[in-house]
Amino acid sequence: MSDFLAMGGYAAYVWPSFAVFFIVLAFEALAPRAQRKRILASIRGRIRRERDRKPT
Amino acid sequence: MNTLALWFHRIGSPPTAYRLAGRITPWMYGIGAVLGAVALYGGLVLAPPDYQQGDAYRIIFIHVPSAWMSLFAYLFMAANAFVALVWRIKLSEILAMASAPIGAAFTLVTLVTGALWGKPMWGTWWTWDARLTSELVLLFLYLGVIGLYHAIDDRRQAARAAGFLALIGIVNLPIVHFSVNWWNTLHQGSTVRLLGPSKIDAAMAWPLLLMALATHLWFFGSVLARTRNGLLELDAGKEWVRSIALQGESAGGSA
Repeated sequence: MSDFLAMGGYAAYVWPSFAVFFIVLAFEALAPRAQRKRILASIRGRIRRERDRKPT
Repeated sequence: MNTLALWFHRIGSPPTAYRLAGRITPWMYGIGAVLGAVALYGGLVLAPPDYQQGDAYRIIFIHVPSAWMSLFAYLFMAANAFVALVWRIKLSEILAMASAPIGAAFTLVTLVTGALWGKPMWGTWWTWDARLTSELVLLFLYLGVIGLYHAIDDRRQAARAAGFLALIGIVNLPIVHFSVNWWNTLHQGSTVRLLGPSKIDAAMAWPLLLMALATHLWFFGSVLARTRNGLLELDAGKEWVRSIALQGESAGGSA
């Protein structure tokens, strides 16, 4: 196992590479979810404002 | 209208495209993640060390698929931008803009993993040679497209302007691809080739190709997720979007 982690002495280059790959792609996959929430919240806000403008 | 045009019209209508994308996206991410995990096991554990580079070469299993995706995403973006500019198809505008962030992400990963691979093999993190510089230009093109898209308020005008920039930037693609042949460079030549024999052992080739497949699926997952958001923004005033918004915070991911 420690042999595997050592990566033949190149651990300092191999593991950060894979970490960057995962962090960037995970962040990129989460970003659309946050964006979706923002969009839906702003649409809800717009609907609420329209309702307030014309009292029933 | 003939059947094909009718079908195209139906798929292109925002509510249908939204629902379809919502159904496909989880599969893209899911299968992409599984294949990526298998490819990692193959690349990090099963594949033998390289006879020259030892274990450092294992960076290839993410560096090369990311580099391929940085070009593929740009092609996909430019093709959609072209369709959007010529035929004014809204869905193409959205698809083009949806592929810019994930393309930029893959380009960034390519540059960073390249630097981490370059340090032990070439003795330097960075050098201003053709392959590295043109890939950096590619990143700036992506950032330019994203920046321009967000700098203009009108979504459709923004998509057209940014799409135009994306089309101009396409001249950079052959430069990235052929740079290792056209100029003297530290960067090694192509290892895997579509035409002619590849210069890689089968035990190393399959994790690489599988990871390439996984990153393609991840790319389309991201594009479709962002396309859904783009469709919501485009039709923000329409009834179908309002009913989705009013379903409340509980309506997380499902269509």
